Amino acid sequence: MTAALRRGLRSMPLYATVWLVGIVMVTPLLYALISGFKSNDQLSSNTFGLPSPWVTENYTGILGDSAFWRSLGSSTVIALGSTALTVGAAALAAFALARFAFRGRETLFTLFTVGLMFPFAVAILPLFIMLRTFGLLDNPWGVILPQAAFGLPVTVVILRAFFREIPGELEEAATIDGCSAFGFFWRILLPMARPALGTVSVLAVVGSWNNFLLPLLVFSDPSWWTIPVGVQQFQGQYSSDVARVCAYLVLAMAPALAFYAVAERQLIGGITLGATKG
Amino acid sequence: MTSTHLGAPHPAAAEEPLRPAANVRPRARRFRDWATAFTFTVPALILFGLLVLAPILFALYVSFFNWGGFGSPSDFAGTDNFTRLFDDPVFLGDLWRGLVLVVLSIALQLPFALAMAVLLNQRLRGRAVYRMLFFAPYVLSEVITGVLFVMIFAPDEGLADKSLGSIGLDGVGGLWFAGQDTVLPTLFLVMMWKYFGFHMMLYLAGLQGIPSELHDAARIDGAGTWQRFRYITLPLLGPTIRMTVFLSVIGSIQLFDLVWIVTQGGPDHHSETMAVTLFQFGFKRYQVGYASAISIAMFLISLVFALGYQRLVLRRDTEGALTTMRANR
Repeated sequence: MTAALRRGLRSMPLYATVWLVGIVMVTPLLYALISGFKSNDQLSSNTFGLPSPWVTENYTGILGDSAFWRSLGSSTVIALGSTALTVGAAALAAFALARFAFRGRETLFTLFTVGLMFPFAVAILPLFIMLRTFGLLDNPWGVILPQAAFGLPVTVVILRAFFREIPGELEEAATIDGCSAFGFFWRILLPMARPALGTVSVLAVVGSWNNFLLPLLVFSDPSWWTIPVGVQQFQGQYSSDVARVCAYLVLAMAPALAFYAVAERQLIGGITLGATKG
Repeated sequence: MTSTHLGAPHPAAAEEPLRPAANVRPRARRFRDWATAFTFTVPALILFGLLVLAPILFALYVSFFNWGGFGSPSDFAGTDNFTRLFDDPVFLGDLWRGLVLVVLSIALQLPFALAMAVLLNQRLRGRAVYRMLFFAPYVLSEVITGVLFVMIFAPDEGLADKSLGSIGLDGVGGLWFAGQDTVLPTLFLVMMWKYFGFHMMLYLAGLQGIPSELHDAARIDGAGTWQRFRYITLPLLGPTIRMTVFLSVIGSIQLFDLVWIVTQGGPDHHSETMAVTLFQFGFKRYQVGYASAISIAMFLISLVFALGYQRLVLRRDTEGALTTMRANR
């Protein structure tokens, strides 16, 4: 037996294991994708096979419906708004917390880190009452502002760690050249921190995109329903039409998976940093 | 302004009190520095204070009242809402079910994630593809995941039962989410499908931090695969493992979306979590005072657990990340 062959045989169980796990992971997704091309009769009589004939009405029906596009739009608007707000506010705060010495700095930072570990659900009830009092129900700001606030801790923690690593000489040089604190932040620190900003932005986008509880409570009017709320409502409406729900799921998960494909590195960097810094 | 900014501080210096330097500086200038720094934190402070801290204080206040959620709370209830927690079989059940999920996660999900991380850390053809695939469910919302698995685990008609039937295992599956004894394990399977990739990614990052020289040296000394795993990989991965345990517990405390979509806590509360009970009382039954007591309980449980865990378990890893930040990565 050649060495290569022996090595190949030895790694067989290894490949078999990852293959098996891979199949378990991909089956639910493929099942939804393929079932979306079936009629419900086909689905119960021919669960495992390919559709025959391929039914495209499920997908085209949803894509032709403005409700789907509207929820895609509101998810996008809300994700971008929350991200811009949380990253903007967190970057300013992280700058102060990383590069200034002032009394109460560590207390302030601790305050933010405490926010890392307590669940969103804890605040949801009073938050809802506050939003109702301020008339922010059925208003995108009612989702954007709380999401931005709850996104602050992880963003501040990651950005502060990053800002601290930028050498002090750079700041001295900038100051000597007449740069103000804000000028240094805006013209030097932020451009240098682009990778870190990318990471925290991706985290914020994914968090906002998948949030369910808050938009569910805030939006009673369908015009602002985000994708998760839309999925829930669609399933309630068509619960017996499994094929159509499958098609909706596939279309609803497509943007998230596409975003993941593009931003994989930032996302994984982000969760790793978030976990180790928290 | 030069002297006002800290450069990248030395790790040890970050914890030093800053007063000595401040005393040297004139008072006006010191105030100006403080004002500048403070101005930068204002937007974040307003957001955080108004939308994170204030709601929690508000919940604390409301938890001492019987209140339906409209008007202002006036029917003072003392600590009734809190004593009621200890008599509420659903809330006590929530704690128990949370514990079950944590134990299942530590016993099954984390070891599985670790095994996959070790496998995918080898030179393996297509490992980037597997890595991407295993992590992919993490980016899907729990709502999409929930709806998907409701269809897959539909009794008799779903993919799970049909697959078991097709290989002659009719009746092995069955009720899944609909059974009082099967709902929690089924839910756990779904959580594992969705979240093991997340833990695997953290382990992979940890594994990449282990110098390969250690493994080479051990191999030369005659250590086998298991020995190298047991005496090199596992101890050096300690901080990561302790962190994933922490995240599992926090995740279990706040579990809501998935349960709400799949079972709404049923059948007969057998999959209910604290967050679901909170939602039921707060938004369906309008017992806002009691629901607030549940949210305060959740907050205290998270806080006590987090502080205790930081102090007892994570201390050596992060030097108490809660109170001070390690300046180096």
